[in-house]
Amino acid sequence: MLALHALTKRYPTGDLAVHNVSLEVPKGQVMALIGPSGAGKSTLIRCVNRLVEPTSGSVMLDGHEITALGGAALRRARRRMGMIFQEFALVERLTVMENVLSGRLGYVGFWKTFLRRYPQRDIDQAFRFLERVGLTEFVDKRADALSGGQRQRVGIARALMQEPSILLVDEPTAALDPKTSRQIMRLICELCAERELAAIINIHDVGLAQMFAARIVGLCKGEIVFDGSPRNLTPEALTLIYGEEDWHATIKRDEDEPEPADAGAGAGGTGSDDRQLVA
Amino acid sequence: MNGQATQTWRLPPFIANPWLRWGIYLGALLYLVLAIGSLHINWARVAEGMERGWRFVSAFARPNFAGRWGEISEGILESLTMTVTSTAIGVALAVPVGLGAARNLAPLPVYVVCRGIIALSRTFQEVIIAILFVKMFGFGPLAGMITLVVATIGFMAKLLAEDIESSDPSQLEAMRATGGSWWQLINYGVQPQVMPRFIGLSVYRLDINFRESAVIGIVGAGGIGATLNTAFDRYEFDTAAAILLVIIAIVMVAEYSSGHIRRRFQ
Repeated sequence: MLALHALTKRYPTGDLAVHNVSLEVPKGQVMALIGPSGAGKSTLIRCVNRLVEPTSGSVMLDGHEITALGGAALRRARRRMGMIFQEFALVERLTVMENVLSGRLGYVGFWKTFLRRYPQRDIDQAFRFLERVGLTEFVDKRADALSGGQRQRVGIARALMQEPSILLVDEPTAALDPKTSRQIMRLICELCAERELAAIINIHDVGLAQMFAARIVGLCKGEIVFDGSPRNLTPEALTLIYGEEDWHATIKRDEDEPEPADAGAGAGGTGSDDRQLVA
Repeated sequence: MNGQATQTWRLPPFIANPWLRWGIYLGALLYLVLAIGSLHINWARVAEGMERGWRFVSAFARPNFAGRWGEISEGILESLTMTVTSTAIGVALAVPVGLGAARNLAPLPVYVVCRGIIALSRTFQEVIIAILFVKMFGFGPLAGMITLVVATIGFMAKLLAEDIESSDPSQLEAMRATGGSWWQLINYGVQPQVMPRFIGLSVYRLDINFRESAVIGIVGAGGIGATLNTAFDRYEFDTAAAILLVIIAIVMVAEYSSGHIRRRFQ
């Protein structure tokens, strides 16, 4: 379980990116973090694994304090937090397999990783994950030869190689087309369910967040302004998070009238079908 | 036609104030005129020198390879040895300096020291460093080799550091997020990004070092430059021409093969 307490980050420029955020993410929960650009979503998840150093507050993962750690202890703590990135952040000139195995860097000694002589157990595991994300035939392809969706699958496999207890996911679909976005989100959520992994997913797309996450947290100017189930994400809540706008078309309709285009095809049933599929 | 007055537009001048603008232009022109006027050209001396120059140029038509082939081949061999050893040692030493001089990898004190090393080795031209080392180690290829090592460190470390600083930070961030150690970050996050250019630059530096070895030989740092200098001192323009032709041939071969090698690493 991840617990943040009064987490605050003020950049040297004086910008208060995250302000007094307290949050608990229990085991196995997929939480979407939404909010306007610059609300502090990226900063918040980077404060968890301390790629960004929080100014004050605490981060506890499975009962261990992260904020006080330094050096080797911090690296050991980072192994338990898999990260998935917006632009995939694969090492472009390395092969798919090297990228996946790099998830083990925190566990395997320097010379073994330098010579790419990973323990057989890790290699078996890497093949299993590559099969799970459907990239078995790309093992020795260079990462820059893959399409966006394929790259993000490599990124997911790399994060899972860390045997994490939480996934920190930063805009996983921002660089992907709508169909691939859905596939990637579904894959992440399935994997979290299979492995009882918690996840914090930063996401711009409110529709995707509602479709896949069990819980939605809204961040505005570094503070939590909404925390609840996707069903409770009303136009009023969205106004609170993003500001004034006509939100009625964005919100997923359960009881509402379906849009005119849907009406002919699904007779009002499409919306709830979709939701079933997700759940 | 239409009732509205047409709007005119001119590119705003680089210097807004017209007095300052024209003042600078006129001042620059005046200086140029005066500077050219201050050159005292002795046309008689030029005419005399032309003849000597022509003798030198015409020696290229009949270069004498055979006369001093022993010295030439010895000089070339010495230059090649200097080139290869200095490039290998220089490149190897440039790696730690370059890593230390990259702001996104090194803590500030290390950064300052490594940038200092780079600045120092780049401030002085090879010939000046060579004179210093000839005084320290005596005439011969050792002084030349150390000169080229120093120059190579400055060149390679600076370009490596800049390449590292402009590399994609997200790849480094991703490796940091896995819990990897500093050396693992370098090996996975940085090395794949900078390696092609680094190999290309090393080959290019090999090429530069050979050309420099010919120049610094003139101040006593060994190699083919020393042989060339001796030939000039003896007014053996035909031998000098032969040496220059050999240098040109080797530089062209190096140029061609380095381009070929650089194309292969992309």
